[in-house]
Amino acid sequence: MALPASRMRRRMRRYGLAWAGAAIVLAWLLVALLAPWIAPYPPNAVDVTQRLLLPSAAHWLGTDILGRDVLSRLLHGARISLLAGFSVVLLGAGFGTAIGILAAWLRGWGEEALMRLTDLVLCFPPIILALALAAALGIGTTNTIIAMLVVWWPKYARLARSLALVQRSQEYVEAATVLGLPQKRILFRHILPNVFGPIAVLCTLDLGIAILTFAGLSFLGLGVVPPAAEWGSMVSEGRELVEQWWVATFPGLAILTVVIGFNFLGDGLRDWLDPKAQR
Amino acid sequence: MPSYIALRLISAVAMALFASLVIFLISNFVPGDPVLAQLGDILASDPVVVAQWRAKWGLDLPLWERYGIFLRGLLHGDLGQSIATRRPVLEDIVQFAPATVELATISFVMALALGIPLGISAAIWRDSWIDAVARVLSLVGVSAPTFWLAFIMLAIFYGWLGWAPGPGRLDPIAFPPEGPSGFFLFDTAWAGDWEGFADTLAHLILPAIVLAAATLGLITRTTRAAMLDCLQQDYVRVARAKGLRERVVVLRHALRNALVPVVTLGGLAYANLLTGAVMTETIFAWPGLGRYTFRSAAALDFPAIMGITLVVSATYLLVNLLVDLSYAVLDPRVRR
Repeated sequence: MALPASRMRRRMRRYGLAWAGAAIVLAWLLVALLAPWIAPYPPNAVDVTQRLLLPSAAHWLGTDILGRDVLSRLLHGARISLLAGFSVVLLGAGFGTAIGILAAWLRGWGEEALMRLTDLVLCFPPIILALALAAALGIGTTNTIIAMLVVWWPKYARLARSLALVQRSQEYVEAATVLGLPQKRILFRHILPNVFGPIAVLCTLDLGIAILTFAGLSFLGLGVVPPAAEWGSMVSEGRELVEQWWVATFPGLAILTVVIGFNFLGDGLRDWLDPKAQR
Repeated sequence: MPSYIALRLISAVAMALFASLVIFLISNFVPGDPVLAQLGDILASDPVVVAQWRAKWGLDLPLWERYGIFLRGLLHGDLGQSIATRRPVLEDIVQFAPATVELATISFVMALALGIPLGISAAIWRDSWIDAVARVLSLVGVSAPTFWLAFIMLAIFYGWLGWAPGPGRLDPIAFPPEGPSGFFLFDTAWAGDWEGFADTLAHLILPAIVLAAATLGLITRTTRAAMLDCLQQDYVRVARAKGLRERVVVLRHALRNALVPVVTLGGLAYANLLTGAVMTETIFAWPGLGRYTFRSAAALDFPAIMGITLVVSATYLLVNLLVDLSYAVLDPRVRR
């Protein structure tokens, strides 16, 4: 279907950034998937004769203090960061949405109990709770993801509940009830698909935040077990090396681009799902 | 109104207490063992030493009794003793809080002073170059990892150009001011020590910029969106039709309404700055609550973590209350 040029341009301006974001995210996903094949060196190959080399043809992004190739570590790092981001957001969103919809469906004291629990976790300073949990559970990717999950789900529970409450009062739900459809079917086939959009937008924007938080905890030494190539801990390893700026700079740029990608994509999705918000 | 405030205060206290209870329960059900974190491998392998240590810190008492002791202490203004620093937690917090509050306040002022005008300009001259600058700046601000930004700033302005001083609150050889407040800017000015004042200010700039980055992004974005929304409202059209000057229309009619969401966000952002200083303080060797929090967590120093949680969530809830009350100033409809 051919669109008039002016409309096409407006569309491009509106969704151009979203497409750019999608491209960035896709590129990083491919990198994560293909890391073992496209990385020029093994990520943990130590070679102290080659330590702290400037970026060159042999080592495009230089080498770190143990002579490991920064580019190879960076490419492999995409795996941990994206995996952590997706795990936290998808599991957190899944659990939170289930709690929220359940609360909206139960009403009465069940709803009250679930939502007070949500408020309780929300009133916590998230970073302190995550820090305490990560420290208590011990260093490790899985433990850090668990610690983040504990503080991650409440916002989804709140959003899902308010969305489900709106849907519940819609006529089509009443109609389905009058038609005698089983409650479970109404919940899963009618309400759930209608609350999906805003939750997907929140997820996309949240992926960037989750990746940032995970990298931050790793930077503090709570995320991954040391030799693992992870962006936050790579920055941490290079933080004292001001002269050898490449050790810390490139992993940070990797985090920045991934997060920008998810932010562009999330903004675009929001505009697309909410045509009233003409930005 | 007074009864509303009282109710909110009571619920805030209840929430903060509940939060401390949760941390307390976590401290007992997680696998991490403070004995190991504190005594080290060799001492922790001796059962006699471990038993003595547990008895000393009351770790051998049943759960409810220990929480009871914590609550009783709390009523006397005693948050217990930190296992790691071996000092009363409250004393630690009182010592470290001013550094964080000073840093967070300067960052917050910077973020507001830059973010609000930028957001307004971006909304008025939509799709112009200033809008593009605002968008890019706010995007990078919210997307850049704080710890990386701190590294870049230190590498450029301290390591390479030498314009800014290194980490810390003061020059390493300088004595901290013996002022009354613990806010070095205030204390040095109070003592008339202008050299110290300049040193303090110089040390504040980099960490404040780093800490402000994310907040600046959020505030610019929110201001822009709220202004765009308000500028399309009927009352703005009426104000223009009445022949008011554009400046009055924008600043008096649109801005005042657009500020409501900015205040909500600003309040939360300030509370977040107080807690979010963990990264910034760790990198800039800033002796504040953030670094204390990180150290306590790493050492599994649960008395300290409980104390911090209590104080921080109380602050959080208090800031929220102030935000809600400020609506009354901004929006007359809420006053009744």
